[in-house]
Amino acid sequence: MIISIASGKGGTGKTTVATNLALSIDSDVQLLDCDVEEPNAHLFIQPTFNHTETIYTPVPEVDQKKCNLCGKCNEICQFKAIVVIGETVLPFPELCHSCGGCMAVCPEDAITETGRELGIVQKGFCNGIQLIHGKLRIGEAMAPPLIRAVRAFTRPDQFTIIDAPPGTSCPVIAAMKDTDFVLLVTEPTPFGLNDLKLAVGAVKLLNIPAGLVINRSDIGDNKVQEYAREVDLPILMEIPFDRRIAEAYSRGEMIVEVLPEYKEKFHRLYHNIINLAG
Amino acid sequence: MKIAVTSTGNDIDSQVDPRFGRAAYILIVDSETFDFEVLDNKENVNALKGAGIQAASMVSEKAAEVLLTGFCGPNAFKVMQAANIGVANNAEGSVKDAVRAYIDGNLPLSDQPNVEGQW
Repeated sequence: MIISIASGKGGTGKTTVATNLALSIDSDVQLLDCDVEEPNAHLFIQPTFNHTETIYTPVPEVDQKKCNLCGKCNEICQFKAIVVIGETVLPFPELCHSCGGCMAVCPEDAITETGRELGIVQKGFCNGIQLIHGKLRIGEAMAPPLIRAVRAFTRPDQFTIIDAPPGTSCPVIAAMKDTDFVLLVTEPTPFGLNDLKLAVGAVKLLNIPAGLVINRSDIGDNKVQEYAREVDLPILMEIPFDRRIAEAYSRGEMIVEVLPEYKEKFHRLYHNIINLAG
Repeated sequence: MKIAVTSTGNDIDSQVDPRFGRAAYILIVDSETFDFEVLDNKENVNALKGAGIQAASMVSEKAAEVLLTGFCGPNAFKVMQAANIGVANNAEGSVKDAVRAYIDGNLPLSDQPNVEGQW
């Protein structure tokens, strides 16, 4: 089973929930940190990375001698990533979305694939958790292909937790798509509610069963709880504000280690997810 | 000589649009007669990416020899170089003023883009 942990708003506690949930499951578990622009689950899990690989995305390279300047590549490209100008063809690899269209339509076979570096994927292991994360190359604009490269390591025989990036755009969809369950994390504030509604909209589009964790649940207002009831989004866990949790977090420690009573709570969360995901 | 000028309006007395890729209009002006052709750039104004590249292609197709604009980014500049079109940044006033300034030698061609690419 694969579950994704998402939220519209950043800083609600996705990684806190993902890492503590992973540590509370008795069997082997995979944690895929798909927040490739700023992966940080490893700061809590502290694995030793034993595998690092660089991930590339295919972009066009043009053999100017073979090119007859017909302009078909220019026409098919929706991202202006290849332009015929005067007597030359200019590729703009950083704009390319790797669809392969230019190569497919070139009548002269003048276009071949070369790679643009997206970033790296690293694998490590600690305390029964296999942690895999991606790190987007600084300056790279496209996270989804790197997220897919991280997800390619999913082992279907294990319980897999995907820590998604915040927001509701392409990288989030790439992280949530085809998972069996989405666990949304929010806080009971107007900001948390606003962005939760956006996230719920995205989850509905993907048609994935979902549940909610409310973090710092005893501060703010109760509009998030009301909204969850309205849209039949089950509240699976509430984590009250607790100075001890904040202190543990600030030191990179796990809630379930500092406050052992939470192990049982996360364990229950796990079973609730299994039941709801069917 | 044909001179391309980015413009906020569709006639030669309109103000220069400082943006290149996302300019409202691009006017192709004949430097001797001041006759001009209007290119409507509205499709590019809202382009997600590659607006400069597309605008540069348009200018090249019209066989302009020089582009007068406010700011030209790195991708558009690369296209202009490949097309052998000179770029003068920092054009201001009306389109007519900018063309005159160029003809009089008061608007020099640049050898590099003068803004960063958009992310």
